[in-house]
Amino acid sequence: MFNRPLDLPLDQDGSSRFLPWIIALMVYLAALSLAVAMAIGATAGRWDQGFSGTMTVQIVPDISAGNPDKKRQAKTAKALERALTLLRDTPGVISAEPLSVEEISSLLAPWLGEGSQMDELEIPRLIDVRVDPETGPDLATVKRRLAGVSGVVVDDHGIWLERLVKLAYSVEVIAFAIVLCIALAAVATVVFTTRSGMAVHHGTIEVLHLIGAQDVYIARQFQFHAMLRGLRGSLAGLAMAAVTLAVLGTLAGSIDLPLFPALTLTPWQWAGLAIMPVAAALITMITARITVLRALVEMP
Amino acid sequence: MVAGVGSKMVRFENVGLRYGMGPEVLRDISFRLASGSFHFLTGSSGAGKSSLLRLIYLALRPSRGLINMFGQDVATLPRADRQDLRRRIGVVFQDFHLIEHLSALDNVAIPLRVAGMSPSCIQSNVSELLNWVGLTDHLGSRPATLSGGQQQRVAIARAVISRPQLLLADEPTGNVDNEIAMRLIYLFDELNKMGTTVIIATHNEELVSRFNHPVIHLEDGEASMASRSEKVCA
Repeated sequence: MFNRPLDLPLDQDGSSRFLPWIIALMVYLAALSLAVAMAIGATAGRWDQGFSGTMTVQIVPDISAGNPDKKRQAKTAKALERALTLLRDTPGVISAEPLSVEEISSLLAPWLGEGSQMDELEIPRLIDVRVDPETGPDLATVKRRLAGVSGVVVDDHGIWLERLVKLAYSVEVIAFAIVLCIALAAVATVVFTTRSGMAVHHGTIEVLHLIGAQDVYIARQFQFHAMLRGLRGSLAGLAMAAVTLAVLGTLAGSIDLPLFPALTLTPWQWAGLAIMPVAAALITMITARITVLRALVEMP
Repeated sequence: MVAGVGSKMVRFENVGLRYGMGPEVLRDISFRLASGSFHFLTGSSGAGKSSLLRLIYLALRPSRGLINMFGQDVATLPRADRQDLRRRIGVVFQDFHLIEHLSALDNVAIPLRVAGMSPSCIQSNVSELLNWVGLTDHLGSRPATLSGGQQQRVAIARAVISRPQLLLADEPTGNVDNEIAMRLIYLFDELNKMGTTVIIATHNEELVSRFNHPVIHLEDGEASMASRSEKVCA
């Protein structure tokens, strides 16, 4: 098939000459969208897994006037102990661990700066609570249990997490929709290019048809030509996307925000992207084939 | 009317043809051509010779009537079978219809390629045939670099390479002098003697008169048939 010239001089078409470039651009955009979808999907999954079944209990110090420091600290420590005891005795609570002042300081460091004088600040004490997602107590139960402890605030991550995860999944769906739109645009481009090619080579196609060439023989010429162009373009597009993702991954890595989606892809995700050129070439080939076969039906 | 020497190969029954909504260019065409026969198709320019040939090689659908080829009604043939039928017909087009970007060898090889023959068989068959038509030195030449006569020989070689049962030629002598025209008709005569049914459309009455083959004459879209010894109207 490749050792002899095609019966149709498709390489000389002005319209098909741009096909690899168009496919390259489309694959580039699709690969970026897909990478974002995969990164956000993985991050949302991590959030969902990491935060479900967790609560944070805050013991807010009583900073009212006339309350001396030592007394206040003792009161906060006592409230912390009381809350821990109540939590650990609550059925369905897997663990309740207080965060040390150092751990809290490191959490606040991005906002307050390294080396801040935390001792001088009245920061709340935090208890990291893990509950059994199936049998564990809900937010209201925990609040009721801790009602007698002074300065207690219970924060259920599930409420804001649910919104965050919904947002993340929405972005993921939109990214996949963009990939689908790009694929449809690619199909339309191939249909247009193939039809142009058929119009340009109508005379030769007619000769082949009258000589007795089956429709699939003629379609094969277009489909292999389109496949090669599609493969060439999509490989270039993927290479450009890989470079872009590598740069973005490096930049995102330097931000170091815990909730920011990691833009570095796993080997499996890279493998998923690597399938794109094959998929693009197949889509191009099948589209060209169907376009030609449908058009040839019009010939007597 | 029936003409020829063997079983019927082409049968037209009350065939009419019109282009779009225009008037009928062919009217009530009825004839039968037997396998192994040789016919000239004559008529003045615009009489419908090319249209009739196009109906025979299935490039057009008739507006009415029945066309039966090789014993099969072409109107009811499945699409794939129509292509099989076309491969049994060789056509020398009036303006050759050679594929410009292909060499003479590749042009002649097309009917064998579409029939699925192996490349090695194609190479030997095509080389042999191009040698026979005197184009050994032009196997790799593209049509644009060949003279009109050479292009015509390539077109003829392409039409006969797959040993078709029916050979159609549309004005094959239109662009050549009388001597080459005579040689071409003798070439078709030889193919006919080998069993190929031949129909040659021409307006060269002098050439037709030199051979004793029956004639289908078209005038004002209607056909009449006559042998060289006696002329019979339809």
